[in-house]
Amino acid sequence: MNAPITRVFGVVIVLFALLIAWTSRWTVFDAKALRDNPLNARTVIDEEKIDRGEILAAAGTVLAESVKGPDHTWTRRYPTGSLFSQAVGYSIVKTGQAAGLELSDGDYLRGVNTGISAIIGQLGGGTQVGDDVHTTLDPTAQRLALRLLDGRAGSVVALDPRTGAVKVMVSLPTYNDNHPSAPCGAPGCQLNDATQAGDVPGSTFKVLTAVAAIDSGKFTPRSVLNGNSPLTVSGVPLSNDGNQSWGPQTLTTALTNSINTIWAQVAQQLGRSVMTEYMKRFGFYSKPPLDYPPDELAVSRPFSTATGRPFAPGSPNEDIGRIGIGQGGLRVTPLQMAMVAAAVANGGKLMVPHLTSYVVNSDGQTIDTIKPTVYSQVMKSSTAQQVGLMMRKVVEEGTGQPAQLGNISVAGKTGTASIGVTGSDLTEPWFIGFAPAENPQIAIAVTIDQTNGGYGGTVAAPIASSVIKTVLSEHG
Amino acid sequence: MTARNRELVGLIPASLLVTAGFAGVFIQRSNALSNISLTYGAIFLALCLAGHLVIRATLPYADPYMFPLVALLSSFGIVMIYRIDSTFARQQAQWFVLGLILFAVTIIAFRDYRRLERYRYTIAVVSLILLMLPRVPGLGDEVNGAYLSVHLPGVFEFQPTEFAKIGFVIFLASYLRDTRQVLVLGARRILGVTIPPLKHFGPVLVIWGLAMLILFALHDVGSSLMFYGALLAVLYVATSRLSFVVVGVLAFGLGAWYIGAHVPHINARVEEWLHPLNRSLYYAKAGQASSYQLANSLFAQAAGGMFGQGFGQATLTIPGTSNYLLPAPSTDMIYAVITDELGLFGAAAVLIAYLMLIARGFKTAVLARDSFSTLLAVGLSSVLALQVFVIVGGVTRVIPLTGVTLPFISYGGSSIIANLVLLALLLLVSDRARRPA
Repeated sequence: MNAPITRVFGVVIVLFALLIAWTSRWTVFDAKALRDNPLNARTVIDEEKIDRGEILAAAGTVLAESVKGPDHTWTRRYPTGSLFSQAVGYSIVKTGQAAGLELSDGDYLRGVNTGISAIIGQLGGGTQVGDDVHTTLDPTAQRLALRLLDGRAGSVVALDPRTGAVKVMVSLPTYNDNHPSAPCGAPGCQLNDATQAGDVPGSTFKVLTAVAAIDSGKFTPRSVLNGNSPLTVSGVPLSNDGNQSWGPQTLTTALTNSINTIWAQVAQQLGRSVMTEYMKRFGFYSKPPLDYPPDELAVSRPFSTATGRPFAPGSPNEDIGRIGIGQGGLRVTPLQMAMVAAAVANGGKLMVPHLTSYVVNSDGQTIDTIKPTVYSQVMKSSTAQQVGLMMRKVVEEGTGQPAQLGNISVAGKTGTASIGVTGSDLTEPWFIGFAPAENPQIAIAVTIDQTNGGYGGTVAAPIASSVIKTVLSEHG
Repeated sequence: MTARNRELVGLIPASLLVTAGFAGVFIQRSNALSNISLTYGAIFLALCLAGHLVIRATLPYADPYMFPLVALLSSFGIVMIYRIDSTFARQQAQWFVLGLILFAVTIIAFRDYRRLERYRYTIAVVSLILLMLPRVPGLGDEVNGAYLSVHLPGVFEFQPTEFAKIGFVIFLASYLRDTRQVLVLGARRILGVTIPPLKHFGPVLVIWGLAMLILFALHDVGSSLMFYGALLAVLYVATSRLSFVVVGVLAFGLGAWYIGAHVPHINARVEEWLHPLNRSLYYAKAGQASSYQLANSLFAQAAGGMFGQGFGQATLTIPGTSNYLLPAPSTDMIYAVITDELGLFGAAAVLIAYLMLIARGFKTAVLARDSFSTLLAVGLSSVLALQVFVIVGGVTRVIPLTGVTLPFISYGGSSIIANLVLLALLLLVSDRARRPA
């Protein structure tokens, strides 16, 4: 009876091998899929036990912190409430809701790259402690920008053009990130308009047209075109502000006085391919490279007014003349327009914008520092210098005079986009610019979503200059 | 070294494990080493020593590895249970003491275990009655659609299958010792298939019917598989006829397929087994079959990974509540908790410990000098192996999940006592087999 016994034992060995094979299937081969399965409550439970790191503003102001809950769990608190809610976002582990930096810097905040003491702490059954994220945000300027918006829907974005560091990112309407699901009085208040809006840039876009004109070699600041109004563009008459006919004018004067008919001609003469090429260099047609959740970043590009769908880059259906003056279905984010100003300010070199400055682990060691990275060399530095001078003239003599700051020279461009039906006086005032003009340290975009006949120069430019002054005074 | 001294030395790993395990739990709980852990270790060691002394006094030639392996598994089990729920661990320790007493009683009362053969029909009838008890109104409990335990509120609760399996194996070994020659010699060959004489094959058919009845009446896939598998193993060793096994597997397969399709509870278990991560099965309404337990068993194993989260590190309850994330962590699902904390390697180590114990059981069968002893050892080893396979296979989704215990490790009085009696019988067979002639 010995041979059958051996065979029966052989069957037992096979059965046990099956058990080990299946155990390895769940523990190793299918483990990742099982951990990521939405039915798996462990992911959330484990995450609730993590003492997420803090999010801090440049001056050490705490924007987000962890508070002990029951049973070794932690919840988030946002001491600054709605002041930074758009940029910081929120994280509610229990429901899996997250937005803003809380989402995009999640790996840091959870402590995926933890220090040695944290790993040892975990081995001993301690809490997983996340890393602190220090942001580039300037709380003083942020607070000022929010106050100057004065409850009006709109956005302020300020960057350091030399590094891409985001100093200010405010948008209204907003919400309190301690209660992100609570009603906040306006539809879409959780949207960060600074990165998600589809605003009409109006005349601020003429800066981009000017860059394309001069950098392509087809025009100089002294090129002269006829500024009479109206001008038929794509079969429809286009007029200047107040239907004023300016006669022959240089491009410099045309920017200073924001002459629509001249810039529409420039864009038409440059053609769709040159305009599209420069828009791409500035970051249009793709999501801004900000360290921010991709779902909360909108692409700036022209849309068909007939279908509401985006035009393919360089599409023959684009009204390139009107796009050249920031109309023609163009939709942009305030962040994108701040990037336009920043590229001119930084000698034509556009830096990748970033909110995260550096990351400190629970040992107090800096484990990551975000280094300035070049996004693209948008234009020659000579072009940047020439366009910069044209933008200075806008503030010194033209529509941007309210942005003047006495001994600090400001370069900028106003915009007053018509946004209502024809004949209504609904406008979206804009200002983009940088300062000090000879040695730029801040680039800014300001927009108010909707006014009754307000101009970029009178509504947006004063906000921009106040924020510029505050940031510059802080950095000596 | 004599067999008994080898056994004594073999107990050292078990005592070290239990002490280290309790120390680990205490460090985890209070960040301080309490001397209670050492007391626990010492008491457990004393119990094992007592068991060893019983064997030394009565069964000097018995296999020296079985008892230490069981001690290792039990000590591991009690540490795991302590980590899950310390009240359960205290109860389990009490059951372990009672089990050791019955272990000693079995050894002393059945020094000549071949006397059991005389009572084989009595044993068979008692086993049958035990099996059917859970169906008796007022006694039986329906848990998750299956009738697995007998319950007299406030008096006792036990799982009769744990004891019935031993009686069943004794009956089989005894019956087949008598009839194995007739089954083979009296057989006719029709179309190349050996057909045994019906008169003698009858009781074997009865057991097939029994397995089907367990499935049908008790809805207990696991026990059915365990009993029937043991039958096939013993039948094969007794007759050396593979055709019996093939026919037996086919008959079981047909019966199981029919019952699987027609008994709602078993059908549901099969559905859960096939689609544990199906949303509607997972979130099935209360009272309906749900794949929640199986899915969470897989999630727990995935959380363990290759090396596990570490002892005492697994998430057992939903934070803020005392509800178990993985239901029945100390009984049916203990293998998933082991994998969660000790990973693939820890789980494989446990399985290998079982395999070593089972190997010693089959070795005993080979060494035995009479057919009854051989068949008894084969039956007991097979039933143990199948029990491990049924529960671990259920937890790891090799087969549909049914609630049987993981022998010696799971929390449960019936399980620990019955399996210690099973061990006593194996040691009795082993002692006789290895006794110098």
